[in-house]
Amino acid sequence: MDRSSPGVLLDVRGVTKRFGGLVANNDISFQVGAGELVGVIGPNGAGKSTLFDLLTGFQTADAGEVLLDGHPIARLRPDEISRLGVARTFQKLKPFTQMTVLENVMVGAFQKTTDLARARREALEALERVGLADKAQAHARVLSTGQRKRLEMARALATRPRLLLMDEVTGGVDLRSIPGLVALVRELNAGGMALVVIEHNMGVIMDISRRIVALHLGGVIADGPPATVGRDARVVEAYLGQAYVR
Amino acid sequence: MARGLRWACAAIALALLLAFPLVVTKPFPRHVMITIFLYAMLAQAWNLLAGYCGQISLGHAVFFGTGAYTSTLLLKHMGLSPWGGMLAGVVLAVLLSQCIGYPVFRLRGHYFAIATIAVGEIIGTLMINWDWAGGARGLFVPIKRPDAWLNFQFHEGKQNYYYIALALLVLALWITLRVERSRLGYYLRAIREDQEAAASLGIPVAAYKQRAMALSAGLTALGGTFYAQYILFIDPESVFPTALSILICLVAVLGGVGTLWGPLVGAAILIPLGEWTRISFGGSGKAVDLLVYGALIMVVSVVQPGGIMALAKRGRRRTG
Repeated sequence: MDRSSPGVLLDVRGVTKRFGGLVANNDISFQVGAGELVGVIGPNGAGKSTLFDLLTGFQTADAGEVLLDGHPIARLRPDEISRLGVARTFQKLKPFTQMTVLENVMVGAFQKTTDLARARREALEALERVGLADKAQAHARVLSTGQRKRLEMARALATRPRLLLMDEVTGGVDLRSIPGLVALVRELNAGGMALVVIEHNMGVIMDISRRIVALHLGGVIADGPPATVGRDARVVEAYLGQAYVR
Repeated sequence: MARGLRWACAAIALALLLAFPLVVTKPFPRHVMITIFLYAMLAQAWNLLAGYCGQISLGHAVFFGTGAYTSTLLLKHMGLSPWGGMLAGVVLAVLLSQCIGYPVFRLRGHYFAIATIAVGEIIGTLMINWDWAGGARGLFVPIKRPDAWLNFQFHEGKQNYYYIALALLVLALWITLRVERSRLGYYLRAIREDQEAAASLGIPVAAYKQRAMALSAGLTALGGTFYAQYILFIDPESVFPTALSILICLVAVLGGVGTLWGPLVGAAILIPLGEWTRISFGGSGKAVDLLVYGALIMVVSVVQPGGIMALAKRGRRRTG
């Protein structure tokens, strides 16, 4: 299937999450191999962000299991999961607004070191990678949405994760920035990092993913290579309605 | 300002402060300075938790009272030197802070602040009803003569109290500086800014809040023991009141929360102001200082929520 995935890194088994009567995630199962890049698609309300919250400990699943390298992580706290090497960005961006861009990223770098100089160096490296090094001394509150997105990526990268979950790479970003962000995602993946990417821009997601998991109304409706998933009748119906399915 | 110049200024200021009691021998100015140091130090301790970590506590009098009562009770019943009592007070305040923090840190924002007021009121009420610890009548610190550092009592003059208060303030500033320049400081600020983002970067949020609370409570207890030895009388109304918790908070807010010098600036303005209103209006104007505090806080929150330090920073940016 995938040359660069000798083993399964993340194994999601039958995860279910209910909010009162609403089933946000219904018996979701899929796997992410080491070094794999998996795209997650689905219309608004399909349960994508809830799925990320379950994988990173911000929500607790009502049923099912999440295994990282074979170890169960579904009951762990967000910080514990982060220290196991799973980083994430948020759809609703969460910069530390009263801190500088560099300080924001240093908070991430401090996961692996207590040394101030080393954290600063690693934070600058991460900012370099996302193309935000020139803004290092600026306050995070003055950044544009696209820059904030890069900041969150840098912050997550500074923790040196094995698996990065990205909630909307290009959402709210100006058109000119998209190719750069896409190149960055590719580059990270080429460096051996496994990524799970939520993305609404179909051109982007079909292009970068080697596998796509499609969600609809909380359930998995398709899981496979982009070309197959893109032609899947249920996926087309979920996005465009019955009329477009031939 | 260059770093070297800044340190030179700090050194000169410290030298002037050290020389102050040698030049000024009248008790009242010395008393005002001692009170400024004490409140600056208490506000700095509060600032570590509230300013850096964003957890607004309005119950810090609990730790102040713990320090005051622990050393006084140990002196009274066991004859332990107040210096030992001071350490014991710190240990007890830290333990207490962890017990309080465990349930209370589950709450966020205003609810946390309200809960700390409640805890402060409960403990204050318990102290009023605890006869062995003096109850509502309070405790006189046993007088030891002659003056000796071991006894932490100086009846001949305020000079030694002055130096002890200054040392406590320098300790609080030094700890804050160390925190600011370490991983702990970055983590606390990250928690203040966004707890979920902080957790997503691997910060055990609850554990770090508890650390900030321990540091803050321990420092506050030091101030409590100092107060008991300086005034030589304590009762629940003087060391456990919510009004004290709020004054500590006001000092820091006026000067600038989350900054190294804010609490000292706030104390240097608010304490002399309080003394002045107390003297000018006497018993007839018992609450006038509170009116002035209230008005000041309203002005600060409208004009510059960052306090005087933020105002100074803004001025510097404009001129430089």
